[in-house]
Formats: sequence, structure tokens, C-alpha cells
Amino acid sequence: MIIEWLTGFTIVVGSGFMLVAALGVLRMPDLLTRMHATTKAGVLGAGLIMIGVALHFASGPVLAKAVAIIAFLILTAPVAAHVIGRAGYFMGLSLWEKTTVDELKGRYDEATHTLTSPPDTDTPPDGQGRA
Amino acid sequence: MLHYAIIVSYLLLSLALVLGFIRLVRGPSLADRVVALELLASLTVGFIGVSVIYSGRAPFLDVAMVLALTAFLAAVAFARYLEKGGQRSDH
Repeated sequence: MIIEWLTGFTIVVGSGFMLVAALGVLRMPDLLTRMHATTKAGVLGAGLIMIGVALHFASGPVLAKAVAIIAFLILTAPVAAHVIGRAGYFMGLSLWEKTTVDELKGRYDEATHTLTSPPDTDTPPDGQGRA
Repeated sequence: MLHYAIIVSYLLLSLALVLGFIRLVRGPSLADRVVALELLASLTVGFIGVSVIYSGRAPFLDVAMVLALTAFLAAVAFARYLEKGGQRSDH
């Protein structure tokens, strides 16, 4: 009985978080804020639903699969968000007009596809990281 | 009790799928579409989870696992394409 309530609670809350993620991707103003909504809320929602699945079946194999799915999601979502955000920035997507800080502004060399280090830090001379 | 929770979850996830699909269609840039696609894959993983509870067939979880991994691969491949060969949007 309690397990049933817990399962229902986790899947409804997880679905709610996924709805918030979808609302965010629809309503946020630019690429980076959209990713901010989908990556975190989406992974949390899917993870909660998987916890609900593990609670509902309460068996070893299902628990292992649910844990594996949650681990995959938590491992891959930040990497995917990072590469998409990077590609979006280098594509020259415009940021939201109310963005206050763009630390990469002027440091990206489009011809060589490299980033230069800021001049006021004590990075070594070869600190020109490949972009 | 669980039955109502499953129905509510299906409703919320369906609404979320529609909202994500609107962003997928509207764009405006390819990167936005990739983000929307990834959200749709994540939503489908959740959908499969609820469906597993509803049907009581645990082996469907393998589908969710594979889907989560392939969505990641697709996102990385799209990002690589955008960075290496995609059209710039500012000129």
C-alpha cells in the first residue's frame, strides 16, 4: 500500500518535472537558457520515474536496470548539454538581449577555431586552448 | 490509487511531448531543434517507464536504456556536425 503511494507519487512528480522542462524549452528566450531547463528538469523527471519503476517491481533485475538508466542519464546529459551549447556558441547564435556576462566575447577566432586566453590572468604562454 | 497516478502521468507527459514538439518545429536554429529532440528522447524514456508500470512488463526497460544512450550519441553527433560543418547563423 505504501509502496503503491510512493510509486504514484514519484511518477506524478517526475512527469511534472518533465512538463516543467518542456515548458522551459518552449518559453525560454535563447539556446542556453533552454538547455538549462531541459537538461536538469528532464533528467530529474526521468530519474524519478525510474525510481518509481524500481519501487513498483521491487526486484533485483528491475532495480539494476533502473539504476543503470539513471546512471546513463546523469552521465550523458551534462556532456550532451556541453557539446550542444559549445556548438551553438561557435555557430554564432545570439544570446538573450538581457544577458549580462559573455566571458568568451571577442576571444573566439573564427578562422582558426581557437579561443584565446584572457590577457589579465596568469595562464602559461601556451594557454591557448584549442576551442 | 496507482491507476490514477498513471493516468495523470500519461497526461502530463503527453502535454510535455506536445510542448517539446512545438519547439522542435519552431526552431529557430538547428541547435534549438537538437535540444528539443533531446528533450523528446528524455520524455520518451519517462513515457516508457510509466508504460512499464502500467503494463507490468519489466523487459521494456531495456528499450528505455537503449533510447537514453542513442539519444546521447545523436546529440553528440549533431553537435559535431554543427561545429564542423553547419551554417553559421550570424552571417
